[in-house]
Amino acid sequence: MLDANRDYPLGTRRPDLLSSPTGRPFQELALGDDVDRADLRATPETLRLQAEVARGASRPQLADNLVRAAELASIPDDTILEIYTALRPRRSTAAELEAWATRLEELGAPSNAAFVREAAAVYAERGILAV
Amino acid sequence: MPSERSARFEHREELELRRELLIEPLPELGLVAMDGPNDPAPSLVVEDGRVVELDGRREQDWDALDWFVARYGIDPEAAAEASALSDDELARMLVDVDVPRERLVRLSRGLSPARLARVVGLLDPVELMFALKKLRARRAPANQAHVTNLKENPALLAADAAEAAARGFAEIETTVGVSRYAPLNALAILIGSQTGRPGVLTQCAVEERLNLRLAYQGLVTYAETLSVYGTETVFVDGDDTPWSKAFLASAYASRGVKVRFTSGGGSEALMGESEGKSMLYLEARCLSLVRAAGSQGVQNGSISCVALVLSVPGGTREILAENVLAAWLDLEVASGNDAIASHSQIRKTAKLMGQFLPGTDFVTSGYSLMPRYDNMFGGGNYDADDLEEWLTIQRDWQVDAGIEPVDEPTLLAVRERAARAAQAVWEAFGFPPITDEEVELAVRCQDSRDLPDRDRAADVLAADRMLAEQLSGLDVARALADRGFGDVAEAIFAMQKQRVAADYLQTSAIVGPDGVVVSAVNDPNRYAGPGTGYALEGERWQRLQRLPYTVDARLLGAPEGATKVVEELHVSNMGNEPDEVVVAVGPAFGDALTETINGLPHDAVLAAILDGIREEGGTPRVVRIRRSSDVAFIGHDGALLSGSGVAVGLQSKGTALIHRADLQPLDNLELFGMAPSLTLESYRQIGRNAAGYALGRAVAPVPTVLDNYARAKLIVRTTLLHARETAEVDRLAPPVDLAPVAVGV
Repeated sequence: MLDANRDYPLGTRRPDLLSSPTGRPFQELALGDDVDRADLRATPETLRLQAEVARGASRPQLADNLVRAAELASIPDDTILEIYTALRPRRSTAAELEAWATRLEELGAPSNAAFVREAAAVYAERGILAV
Repeated sequence: MPSERSARFEHREELELRRELLIEPLPELGLVAMDGPNDPAPSLVVEDGRVVELDGRREQDWDALDWFVARYGIDPEAAAEASALSDDELARMLVDVDVPRERLVRLSRGLSPARLARVVGLLDPVELMFALKKLRARRAPANQAHVTNLKENPALLAADAAEAAARGFAEIETTVGVSRYAPLNALAILIGSQTGRPGVLTQCAVEERLNLRLAYQGLVTYAETLSVYGTETVFVDGDDTPWSKAFLASAYASRGVKVRFTSGGGSEALMGESEGKSMLYLEARCLSLVRAAGSQGVQNGSISCVALVLSVPGGTREILAENVLAAWLDLEVASGNDAIASHSQIRKTAKLMGQFLPGTDFVTSGYSLMPRYDNMFGGGNYDADDLEEWLTIQRDWQVDAGIEPVDEPTLLAVRERAARAAQAVWEAFGFPPITDEEVELAVRCQDSRDLPDRDRAADVLAADRMLAEQLSGLDVARALADRGFGDVAEAIFAMQKQRVAADYLQTSAIVGPDGVVVSAVNDPNRYAGPGTGYALEGERWQRLQRLPYTVDARLLGAPEGATKVVEELHVSNMGNEPDEVVVAVGPAFGDALTETINGLPHDAVLAAILDGIREEGGTPRVVRIRRSSDVAFIGHDGALLSGSGVAVGLQSKGTALIHRADLQPLDNLELFGMAPSLTLESYRQIGRNAAGYALGRAVAPVPTVLDNYARAKLIVRTTLLHARETAEVDRLAPPVDLAPVAVGV
């Protein structure tokens, strides 16, 4: 269990917990020929650690946001932008949003799936689904 | 003159302030600052652990914002705690140093938007400032810069970003005139910022899809383009919902981008859908939603609608209340002050003080590093012209508002290195070259008009290539490392590594030059009264008070190598001749000091007075009074020695009078207190008048010029010169006669 007071910033205090998406230890990332652009992103695990830090600092909503981010980290840009567009007002029917929720579950993003379902329920109430 | 009007009223109508409209509140259009007649009465009902009523509306009547806030933003336990407290009690807690910030933040999780607005509305301006100081999330304030130019010249963008970084801005935002330029502008400020100071966060304000791509390529590290609004209609008209915005925020975070939302009073009224609610209430809804969405922060305080909010009574106070609300909700606050608030310099700076003095996470959401001409964010409330004002006001108040003084040679060097680094990357990527001429002009120019036009068609093709080939921050670092910019390369690589650690996603995060993230997690504001929290002191205070244009007081007044222009003859005796006029000079005259406050050499001044006396038929004698540096006593002592009873008294700084022996020391015939406006001709006239009085003629007083700024301009110099003269005083020393030393001897 992380201690926000002791372990943050992770990059300086707990680099041992961090690695790149390709599995390189954080401490070994250096500007050389062998590093790849794919190394230079946060992993879902790192984002979950940051969510833990936020929760430990009594910021539950920020933590939830970072959990959703962790789930989205390995989802391609285009898919993310499609979901964003689907969530905009009057873009999607209830069924379409439900399909995105199911897809997000399949992609290992249950929090985002629940989030989309909650949106769909309110959109129906407020008349901002596609007709 | 026109018969009916007051010339003063007419004149005032022409002044800057009157270029804006001030209006009576119009609540039905949302043009009311706070406590609008249509704002709902606060309420928050929790049943079975969930919110069922919010600000007078039951679930079935909720709009999307109510749903979102109720579902994600309210902590039922905190609601129970808060419901036991009255509005007054909560308001007092906001300004009570013994109530910790943590407790207030916890309580804020149990308050409805209407209650939040009502409670902060109980605070007066000073209380609001105090609450803001106490509630700010990060211990130390910081600032954000805007860097743009109308030609979208990359060398100039890089140079300006480097200067912003070197001046201590923690974040730099750019934008585009033409959106296809975005990758190049983002690249230029990335290179510039990391040249100026490693660790500065950068963003390029463009449409979300493009912004995400820039983020993905590691060219930007934060975004604050996520706007939210306080009514459902405006929100939906803006083509978003709370869920779409929150999802976007998570998407940015998933790409390692720090995000803050944007909201601010007046936007709903501007878009015609305020539901007749007050600005502060609608902003409380926005902020409740921002926190519910899990944003670490917000830029708020009206932002681009600031001039609209300032049109209604209490507007400046409302904007400050917005910032306080955001801080109370535990959000990082970038507190506006970026859009032009008023034509009036006085008025806009009066507004600024609300954020400047308490300090916010970012005192401005964008200080225009460049002159206004090149600002593409709509002008810039404060810009390059105002930098020294800002630095001086920091020094005046001993307040850190996030900008550091840097001397010109240092800045020129930093700007040049950044422009050269950009030139190297452009060359490495095969982009249209940045010429040496562009670099040189970018370093020294006033604005982009001084630079040659670039081939814009070729530039946008290069920008397209950046996206198509997915040139990344890593590629930039490698290009710089290969071309002799190893330190800049390492700094840019370090920013890429920050994305891996993602520490800067926490609340109020900035990155220090050592690469260590500083946020509300590891450096929280724990202000609890005097002697606690952040204070501008020690080395930082020394740094912020040493402005490049402060002067060494010890060097004033006594020019190096000056030689004395009088020599002392003997102790003075009483004169006998009725036409004798004494010129009595101060203890330092022509010796320790050799020129007046406006730079007239003492020998020339003395010669002019002597000439004047002789022209009018008098016989001058020069005497040094050593017992006093006060012009009244110098003059009166001189008069007592004068055969005619009349003397000219002259201090070394140039202040003069004409005195007569039968007058009281503090009386005189004529006083010339405005030494800075005296010319050699004035001194000659003083000599003539003194002789006229001595010879019993009718004398017209010497005309004097009134300069109302003389005191402000010269009071320091006056003090130092007078101190120098006073240092020469010998209370027991008798007057001595002087002879001018011949010029050239």
